[in-house]
Amino acid sequence: MDSAREPIIRFRGVTKSFGRNVVFDGLDLDVLPGETLVVLGGSGQGKSVLLKLLLRLLRVDSGSIVAFDEEVTTLPQPALAVLRRRIAMLFQGSALFDSMSVEENIAYPLLEHGVRDPVAVRARVGEVLGMVGLPGIERLLPSALSGGMRKRVGLARAIAFQPDVILYDEPTTGLDPINVRRINGLIRSLQARLGVTSIVVTHDIDSAFTVGDRFAMVWEHRIGFTGRPEETRTCPWPWVREFVAGGRGVLEADLVPDPQVGG
Amino acid sequence: MRGGRWRDRLADLEVVQLIGHLGGVAQLTGQTLRCLVRRPVELRALVRQIDLLGIGSTSVTLLTAIFTGMVMALQFSVGLEPYGASLYTGKLVSLGIVRELGPVLTALLVGGRVGSGITAEIGSMSVTEQVDAIRALGADPVKRLVLPRVLACVISLPLLTMVADIVGVLGGMIITMQEVGITWRFFLNQLLDTIWAVDLLHGLGKSVFFGYIIGIVGCYMGMRTTGGTAGVGRNTTATVVIVSISILVSDYLLTNLFLAIYG
Repeated sequence: MDSAREPIIRFRGVTKSFGRNVVFDGLDLDVLPGETLVVLGGSGQGKSVLLKLLLRLLRVDSGSIVAFDEEVTTLPQPALAVLRRRIAMLFQGSALFDSMSVEENIAYPLLEHGVRDPVAVRARVGEVLGMVGLPGIERLLPSALSGGMRKRVGLARAIAFQPDVILYDEPTTGLDPINVRRINGLIRSLQARLGVTSIVVTHDIDSAFTVGDRFAMVWEHRIGFTGRPEETRTCPWPWVREFVAGGRGVLEADLVPDPQVGG
Repeated sequence: MRGGRWRDRLADLEVVQLIGHLGGVAQLTGQTLRCLVRRPVELRALVRQIDLLGIGSTSVTLLTAIFTGMVMALQFSVGLEPYGASLYTGKLVSLGIVRELGPVLTALLVGGRVGSGITAEIGSMSVTEQVDAIRALGADPVKRLVLPRVLACVISLPLLTMVADIVGVLGGMIITMQEVGITWRFFLNQLLDTIWAVDLLHGLGKSVFFGYIIGIVGCYMGMRTTGGTAGVGRNTTATVVIVSISILVSDYLLTNLFLAIYG
């Protein structure tokens, strides 16, 4: 961890269960300002839950989450609304509002946070659409967009109010390689241009190494490993190596022919 | 651990789940009432919902009401004839429609149509993370989604009930004139002798409550939808059942209450 910088987000001793299913049991994690932290982990290990706990879309069972020196878990509603202006999220399925046009979707956070001037709103919508490489699609409905375009409009909506932190929930899942490269490029360029801190939740290893400054890996209900890309690549722990190898170790073991069966 | 197992078993009991749902509906009602006094008032959203839920239900209400009035008149005219009391058909039909069948049948039909529609719409938004997105963008989903729909139901249902009362009585009048051989003037005189303001209030008062049930149950079931499209289908069906049973049970309780108050 970079000791020169103080974390702007801190998870401490976080526990979270859904009924009998324990997701986190004493999770600790720090996020440093300006970095792109990639959270890795298998399906169902709670990576998306981590992001939702930070925005308090879900409640922790116990533990503490501090963001910008404020305790998120006990934050009163008005202060929570202010915090949500500073932390934006790109949802896995984009979560665009079906009944609204692209323009209305992107304008939504602006109007919600008191920008009333329609000219200013329209200008900002055009500006962020330009930033994600989709100018001139304001009038379209989300149903008319491809998966990659939906992600980019979702990203445009996320950055419309100039957040300090952007949370990406599986940003490249279900996209073709060209769109994967495009989204990864956007994550990097937004960090460079806007100086935002990013938390990227993914199990796409190639994308993770393209965008990540630091890695955190969810393992057995906690963060089992954190490190820089080179540390992650050379980590001796078998489960990190296996994950970084894209599960190839497991796959090869599965493919070894059973001598009893033959073939 | 043993305590945890008992807690889990207790949570599985249907009675406990029912109490949990009632608590959830009460909590959502409280949140909706709080949103009612919070500015800005979403008049455009309210008018849109009244148009969709209320005006959109007019044709089904008209059809049901006219045929119910006609069938009632037919049954009473035939049933009362052996006792030489068929002249009282108009009285019975109008009283039955205004006090009971108008509000209850309208609520059951509109409840099936509108309640399931609300659950399907909000449920789809829940499973595609659009409700989470509303929260993440700093808005309140109760104010944006629940309040306009509940208010639209509470406003629309008494109006639809009034329409149903008028059309139902009209249908009853046509059949009574045909079967019993009375004039429309005689029917109207009977109607004015029989129906008092208190009878109208009795029916309309109930319909306000039925509107609240339809709106709040539809929204509650939608907001707690999980499990993808299968979950949307499951909760939509459950809404129709819950709304129908709640309307019938509360009709009995409210009728007792109104009879105790007004006689």
